[in-house]
Amino acid sequence: MDAITFTVLSVLMVASAIRVVLNRSPVYSALSLVMLMSLLAVYFLYLDAHMVGVLQIIVYAGAVMVLFLFVIMLLNLQDSIQDYRQEKLWTMGILCATLFGELWFFFGRAGGESSAQHAVPEGFGTVISLSQKLFTDYLLPFEITSLLLLVAVVGAVVLAKR
Amino acid sequence: MILPEVNWAAVMPSVILTVVGITVLCWELWMKEQDRKYLAWLSLAGVAGAALFSYTLWGRNESAFNGMLALDAYALFFNLIICLATGMTVLMSRHYVENNELPAGEYYALLLFAAVGMMLMAAATDLIVIFLGLETMSMAVYVLTGIRRQNVKANEAALKYFLLGAFASGFFLYGVALVYGVTGSVKLGEVATYISTHFSDGAGSPMLLAGMVLLIVGFGFKVAAAPFHAWAPDVYEGAPTTITAFMAVGVKAAAFASFVRVFLLSFGALHGQWEAILWALAVLTMIVGNLTALVQDNIKRMLAYSSIAHAGYLLVAMVAGGELGGAALMYYLVAYGLMNLGAFAIVVAVGKKGEPNEEFNDYAGLGFRYPGLAMMMTIFMLSLTGIPPLVGFTGKFYVFSAAVKAGYIWLAVIGVLNSVVSAYYYIRVVVTMYMQEGEKQVEPLSTRPALATAIVAATVGTIMVGVLPAKPMALARHSFASLQKPAQTASSTPKKDQAATSTPTATAPSKTPHH
Repeated sequence: MDAITFTVLSVLMVASAIRVVLNRSPVYSALSLVMLMSLLAVYFLYLDAHMVGVLQIIVYAGAVMVLFLFVIMLLNLQDSIQDYRQEKLWTMGILCATLFGELWFFFGRAGGESSAQHAVPEGFGTVISLSQKLFTDYLLPFEITSLLLLVAVVGAVVLAKR
Repeated sequence: MILPEVNWAAVMPSVILTVVGITVLCWELWMKEQDRKYLAWLSLAGVAGAALFSYTLWGRNESAFNGMLALDAYALFFNLIICLATGMTVLMSRHYVENNELPAGEYYALLLFAAVGMMLMAAATDLIVIFLGLETMSMAVYVLTGIRRQNVKANEAALKYFLLGAFASGFFLYGVALVYGVTGSVKLGEVATYISTHFSDGAGSPMLLAGMVLLIVGFGFKVAAAPFHAWAPDVYEGAPTTITAFMAVGVKAAAFASFVRVFLLSFGALHGQWEAILWALAVLTMIVGNLTALVQDNIKRMLAYSSIAHAGYLLVAMVAGGELGGAALMYYLVAYGLMNLGAFAIVVAVGKKGEPNEEFNDYAGLGFRYPGLAMMMTIFMLSLTGIPPLVGFTGKFYVFSAAVKAGYIWLAVIGVLNSVVSAYYYIRVVVTMYMQEGEKQVEPLSTRPALATAIVAATVGTIMVGVLPAKPMALARHSFASLQKPAQTASSTPKKDQAATSTPTATAPSKTPHH
């Protein structure tokens, strides 16, 4: 990824992330979040992770966002907009800055050895190579995930039925 | 076509339980209301099958699924503990589910799925598989905690457990990500190789240490070690008593299995970094658990704090490390499992429909009206205190002597002092039963044969394993030695061996498992 694309993408992403937090209306926040997810998908595409990029759009920008919008529309959020106070953002901002400082502390020091660029093998990130990995090397996690989803479905039904 | 490498033997116990779980789930749809009891017997048969299969696999030491799962005596030993916990829980649940009108099919199916998650956790040698096993187990247990949907306490417990558990999973996953970021692998063997080559001085890098600490937080939450224990009392109190027993024994055993495997295998070379943290955690857990248990009036809450205290003793064994500490930890888990399952089974027996009878006062006078029940409760309480010749004493003896031999004298002293404190609240149950007047009636055990079987089995186990500790301890030693010996896998290198045995107190495995 060249420097210009990276900069443009990152600035857009950070801007839309800030929009999510600062918007007074939850619907606008949700739309900014869609923007953020889509830009993240572009990141993945640039990193040769095509499959993950497409999944990012389908799952996050698609399914998860629709759920968010449903919840926003089902709950009447007028009151919470009134309560929205700017001061809280300062506390959050300071917390975030601390977190970033910590990240910089850990990653900035350890960065040297692991940031070396590796050439990507042929066909990396495509559906074929991903599924081959998934059904050979990662067969066991794949199958456990299916059991995990079954447990989640059974659990949701047990707790919510009637 | 590329075909995956599948080692059926390594996952067979889990597969048996999964298949039985799905069968239970589907069968319930067709069965009549009065046939529900067969679900319990089917689940029990599945657990017995998984235990038998694990037993027949004994002695094998190999790596399966591209180095993601180990088939070693260590994993099999934990499989047996998990089968014990699940089987006993099924026996306790047989009438409990009926009396409380719980959805039987989903109840037993989730119980079995949780056991599958535990087994995978105990056998996993890959951080991703550990995480998936952890989530499968937790997800099922969250739901089981809240399965009494009409009960406010159960709702609160389930929600609390779910939110805090999800938070802890986040910590765990972040830790995995950082470890992967530094070492470039999530396989425990490869992580160990990287650490022993790049950080041979045992110092580590800030990022790696941050990852390690986050993993400690994740595991600490699951084993309910202070200061990550705050969820335990509310959840243990709100969950159905059978599930509380299952959580206290099964979840703790599986989490410790994985905890020990990750830290002794992968972070063995960083022993100097994590032993101080775990030392502090062990002391804090023992003290907080025991002191708070003193002031409880609800017997389930008291047992919850007692289980926190026992997590502290288990951490002592882990800090001691080496062959002795590891074997002591495994023996203690068996001991803790037997006596705790027994104690919770009695709590189930005393409870009635719509009348949980969980306060200390409800136990008053039980000793005169139900001498058998009270005697067995006394045995469990004395064992939990650590009175010889019961299993709790032998377990504590092994744990503290391992700590002393490894040079952690103060840790052993604090542990023994804590045991003395714990006597107060355990003996209090006995005193209430025999020295106070009470009117509470208990449904006779003869109408609940499954529960009676569980209680008697736990009693016999508590006495027998305590009186004759040599054989179980030898098994634990053998199992722990199989952990330190690297499994045969294409990707394993001699470095892994070095990492595992470079812990200061570790000794080379004395006997080779027969292949």
